[in-house]
Amino acid sequence: MVANELRNSNLLHLEDVYQAYGDHVVLDDIDLSVAHGELVTVVGPSGAGKSTLLRLILGQELPSSGEILVSGEPVGFADPSRGIVYQKYSLFPNMSVLDNVTLGKRLELSFFQWQKRKIAIIDEAMHYLEKVGLNSHSKKYPHELSGGMRQRVAVVQALIKRPKILMMDEPFGALDPGTREDLQIFLLELWEETDMTIFFVTHDLEEAAYLGSRLIVLSQHYSDDRGDGPGVQRGAKIVADHILSRSNLSTDVKYTKGFGKLIARIRREGFDPQHRQHIREFDLKHPHSFRTNTVEEVRCK
Amino acid sequence: MSMKQPQFFGLHAVPQSPLKWWMMALPFILLIGIYLIGSEIRLAENPNDKLMPPVSKMIDSIDRLAFTENKRTGEYVMLSDTTSSLSRIGIGITLSAFVGFLVGVRVGLFPGTETLFLKILTFLSIVPPLAILPILIIIFGVGEAGKITLIFLGTVFLITRDMHLSTKAIPREQIIKALTLGASQWEVMYRIVMPRIFPRLIDSVRLSLGAAWLFLIASESLAASSGLGYRIFLMTRYMDMSVIIPYVFWITFIGFVVDWLLRWTIRSQFSWYHASK
Repeated sequence: MVANELRNSNLLHLEDVYQAYGDHVVLDDIDLSVAHGELVTVVGPSGAGKSTLLRLILGQELPSSGEILVSGEPVGFADPSRGIVYQKYSLFPNMSVLDNVTLGKRLELSFFQWQKRKIAIIDEAMHYLEKVGLNSHSKKYPHELSGGMRQRVAVVQALIKRPKILMMDEPFGALDPGTREDLQIFLLELWEETDMTIFFVTHDLEEAAYLGSRLIVLSQHYSDDRGDGPGVQRGAKIVADHILSRSNLSTDVKYTKGFGKLIARIRREGFDPQHRQHIREFDLKHPHSFRTNTVEEVRCK
Repeated sequence: MSMKQPQFFGLHAVPQSPLKWWMMALPFILLIGIYLIGSEIRLAENPNDKLMPPVSKMIDSIDRLAFTENKRTGEYVMLSDTTSSLSRIGIGITLSAFVGFLVGVRVGLFPGTETLFLKILTFLSIVPPLAILPILIIIFGVGEAGKITLIFLGTVFLITRDMHLSTKAIPREQIIKALTLGASQWEVMYRIVMPRIFPRLIDSVRLSLGAAWLFLIASESLAASSGLGYRIFLMTRYMDMSVIIPYVFWITFIGFVVDWLLRWTIRSQFSWYHASK
């Protein structure tokens, strides 16, 4: 498909997005289009700008150039169209679990409206909390919860606002392996139930390959026709774009041969500084993958 | 040989009650003891010694000032001194807490406002308040306004800067999070940031109270007709230590109680504050 069709039909669409801090180019011409209902996982070596990409889509910062569209509309600074779960700091420490979850509702209502609809909203919040097994903790403050509980609350807190896309920045990165796997399953169940779109950044390849319906590899280790001369500032690009299929939620899949092969392949594509694919050899066969020509490429033709 | 946990000496000491309580009380007992002995020695040499009056004389003074109605005015002197001092310091510090909170959070949250005001705030905070006391007396006269203004000016900049720094210390993620939950810019300020750093404001007021007392007593020493500081400086003329010493104790006691009340407020009302740092 061509870019123009994708920009209107898909939920999230990035075209020619660059981000540079001074001379340092972090993201180098990112073209990415994500359909509704996708669970996109993003991996890449450190310094590849995974979190930068997330912050751009979220509106935490603005790109140096390029377009970012959600539902065909250009987006600006952070607003309720995009929800976020961070690794830390998602919950407000001065509010109880229940207050954290209902915050999104309270902010949209005036004092009197809130008094009128309070009971229904608290009911809804308690229903969600029950689903994630935390209804008995609703009066506690975040510091009284374990890391895994906190992240469950953070997911509920973001979902009650029904964002078009849920951004997650290494949400399970600080959890121990057992809790981490629990939360991966929890997220997948929630995703299958609610038909939401998730943009999930992680540094853990296994996590990305297990969770994602689509996996994007962001890397600065590649080569192109700009050469390696002085003054060539190269930032990270999307070097691979995989469709992943899942038959069931079991984590046993992590121990299969195919899974191991996929991980090894991703590692080679994005994480090996010695292995630099040329830009024309990137595996971008995903049906929604596209690339617009850069200024230099247009000139060469 | 098994190791024994030391109670007093060394890095690993864990003082335990009852020894712990005796250790805490010891410096106080020593201080009082030294005074009593010193007073005894001086009084033996000169029964009219004014520098270290005996406890009995202090009790007489307290009885006269605190528990006997003043024949001329019908007031209890110590009570009226206390209420006028406390209302000055109370109004002054409340004003500066209010202004410091609003301005500090605003400056910490909005980079435009920060650029506009941060430098001038830093500059003004260096002006020594006592140096402008004469100016305040010229402008406001010797009434209440001058004293309250001095306390206000002496504390407001510290509170403002503390609120500014505390606001800036809130992770950026929390602000973005609030925006994704539908908060407007003003809601971020009033409903997210302010409730979150309110206990820090109480802490900041606690730390400013020392300075507030300093400016209160300084202004009362220059021009006043009642007040704890006024009384102390009045008694200096008569070298009446039997009033000055109990007054100093009284001021210290009030300061201690206020500090304890503020800490208790934070502990009981904002239990998350210390736990989630």
